[in-house]
Amino acid sequence: VTAAPVPSLEDRPARALNKEPLVLLVGNPNVGKTSLFNRLTGERAHIGNYPGITVERRAGILALGNGRTASVIDLPGAYSLSARSPEEQIALEAALGLEGHPRPDLAVVVVDASQLARNLYLVLELAELEVPLVVAVNMVDEATENPPRLAGVSELFGVPVVGTDARHGTGMDELVRVIAERLEKPAAARVLVRYPDALLADARAVAESLPKDWKRNESRDRAVALWLLGSVDHDDELTHVPAAARERCLSIRAAAGDRDLDQERIGARYAFIDKALPSLYARMDRHPPKRKASERVDRVLLHPVWGFVLFLGLMLVVFQALFSWSDPAIGLIEDAMAATSGAVSDVMPPGILRDLIVDGVIGGVGNVVVFLPQILLLSLFIGLLEDSGYMARVAFLMDRVLKSLGLHGRAFVPMLSGFACAVPAILATRTMERQRDRTLTMLVIPLMTCSARLPVYTLVIATLFPPSHLFGWVPVQGLLMVAMYVFAIVSTLLVALVLGRTVVKARRIPLILELPPYRLPSPIVTIRTLVERATVFLKEAGTVILACTIVLWALLAFPRESATPVPGSAATATAAPAIERSYAGRMGKAIEPVFEPLGFDWKLDVGIIGAFAAREVFVSTLGLVYGVNDADEEAVPLREKLKNETVDGRPRYTPLVGLSLMVFFALACQCMGTLAVVKRETRSYRWPAFLFAYMTVLAYAASFIVYQGGKLLGFGP
Amino acid sequence: VTPTRLADLALRGVAVIEHVGGEGSFRRRLMELGLVPGTRVELVGVAPLGDPLELLVRGASLSIRRADAESIRVSALTAAATSDGRTSLEPAPARGGQ
Repeated sequence: VTAAPVPSLEDRPARALNKEPLVLLVGNPNVGKTSLFNRLTGERAHIGNYPGITVERRAGILALGNGRTASVIDLPGAYSLSARSPEEQIALEAALGLEGHPRPDLAVVVVDASQLARNLYLVLELAELEVPLVVAVNMVDEATENPPRLAGVSELFGVPVVGTDARHGTGMDELVRVIAERLEKPAAARVLVRYPDALLADARAVAESLPKDWKRNESRDRAVALWLLGSVDHDDELTHVPAAARERCLSIRAAAGDRDLDQERIGARYAFIDKALPSLYARMDRHPPKRKASERVDRVLLHPVWGFVLFLGLMLVVFQALFSWSDPAIGLIEDAMAATSGAVSDVMPPGILRDLIVDGVIGGVGNVVVFLPQILLLSLFIGLLEDSGYMARVAFLMDRVLKSLGLHGRAFVPMLSGFACAVPAILATRTMERQRDRTLTMLVIPLMTCSARLPVYTLVIATLFPPSHLFGWVPVQGLLMVAMYVFAIVSTLLVALVLGRTVVKARRIPLILELPPYRLPSPIVTIRTLVERATVFLKEAGTVILACTIVLWALLAFPRESATPVPGSAATATAAPAIERSYAGRMGKAIEPVFEPLGFDWKLDVGIIGAFAAREVFVSTLGLVYGVNDADEEAVPLREKLKNETVDGRPRYTPLVGLSLMVFFALACQCMGTLAVVKRETRSYRWPAFLFAYMTVLAYAASFIVYQGGKLLGFGP
Repeated sequence: VTPTRLADLALRGVAVIEHVGGEGSFRRRLMELGLVPGTRVELVGVAPLGDPLELLVRGASLSIRRADAESIRVSALTAAATSDGRTSLEPAPARGGQ
């Protein structure tokens, strides 16, 4: 359906004739916008970022036929254009080409065929702003019982309308044809909503205050003014709002008295839509359609008992998958890295270059790639939970619990995943829309007992706590392991409570959660999301991890000593391992006084420095200190050496030192991977720096209390 | 038709929105989602832990917290749930996209 051509815009974007046109993709959440984007752009998509904020910018290329192409930008899903944060403001700026955004040549608005009663609100806003539009009425396959009249929608806004089913690819050729046609003959959408006179007077007053680059013509200026009146508030966080316009809006709000500005604006728009609806659906008694199937599923999945049982069962599967199913893949990667190292060692002459390549570069690549199995598995689960509509139900079920901690209902799955590994868990915080919720969740996830802590706990418990039983039957070793988990959970919750009220404090934002109908996830969207997640991780976090690995390698490897000891030299036989004279060894000795009050000596300190690569590296680094090569937590020689280490004739490492060490590892952010992904996800150095600082201080303080307190209570040195 | 708060609606109760209250941006969000005066709303569920509530508005299932639903004034169209747990549903006037 194509509308009658409207006179072309007086000011088309000034651009070279051969320049690729720009098409925006806009739509409410849960209308199949991502599927449509994938259908339009095929294999080619590029993930970038809007400058200054953490909103991801997905762009792709659309083939229009005849060798012509257009670039397509997928805007984040939104119910309306009005904004209170810079993240939400992107929608308006991108649609109008303000503040450095390129002006789009066309916007494709995606709506749900059976949800026009609320999806048309966004179409109306864009039409008022005179953005050239094409409306894609999507999911027509779900609306066969009472299909919308596309011609009616087309007449209402004066724009072309295409019925699509992006999941199965229906209507896509038609959509591309209409897009190409509309790019040839651009025309602005137009719509006339009857607003109260008082509101129109306010809008005129705001429009007068607009700077030159925000102005265009009377009707569009009015639409921009209405956006400002609906977005500017005394406590909004908007940037790039012209100062004069902001002042005008605030004084109008202050002088509104009994008038209800929001009701005047929004009410008039919905009155317009509700009046038009009978001409859009043949059967108004069947609009909106009942959600029988979804309601039936919800009766089970949101059941007070069965809902939680199924939810916990599902979480168990996710957790089990991260913990165990990823093991074979991780093993394969480790074997492949070892084989590569071996092959390189065989062909290269021994020396600094070989060590750099084997221990630094190959080891570093291994440190990066080893995260992939868990990242892919968790992304897959999150993707399936999201696309099926269940993730919204998780938030619905868990909101009551997490709300009291200041966390978002959707924080549950990422936090649980933190028990496997913080890196995929932090990437999974994307499931929350608001940056504040994401930041808070990212800051507490690294406190969860991730699997990399287990080798450290195992070594300490097995070495320093003899197998004995409490009350004759409770095994002390097992009890300690459980205690470390409980300790982690309690500290996570307490830290979330404190940080949510201080560092990442935000206005309490009331929950508004849409529970979309259950749908089968689309395999194309799922796979594409997985590939995108993996690429972004490898490219952006991977480089940081690789660089850190090389630095850590250098700290442990330099300064180098002669590869072959002087024959007959008595010193070499009794010399301490090379690591003692390395920079890391010297650093360990230098910081010994700092960590001494925690009960650590320089050898443990070197282990802690090495553990920055990943916590489990503590064990192998400590092995190097004791001359035990390739030590793991089961290595008996290392355990024996630790047990036999004495000072003044008494054991150096007492159970109290072990406890202090475990508490330190529970709380300290000994993981460069975590810091690298937090930097990637917050787009700043500030948050990873804060994360490292607060966790280190917390770890130091807690270990100090454990060790000094234990000594006071007489639990030995 | 009795004026009441949305939070006080019985399960499966149907009402027409009279006035949306609450903090500025939250109120604006709800209204932009279609909860404008005159729109039909149904309380279709309550989360197992008692909060939040699940509403059916304009064919969409929206969830808000009980405390926030207290600031929305509605006129109930149906009586409260009967003693045997069933509700009596009367046809509601077709307004607000219903």
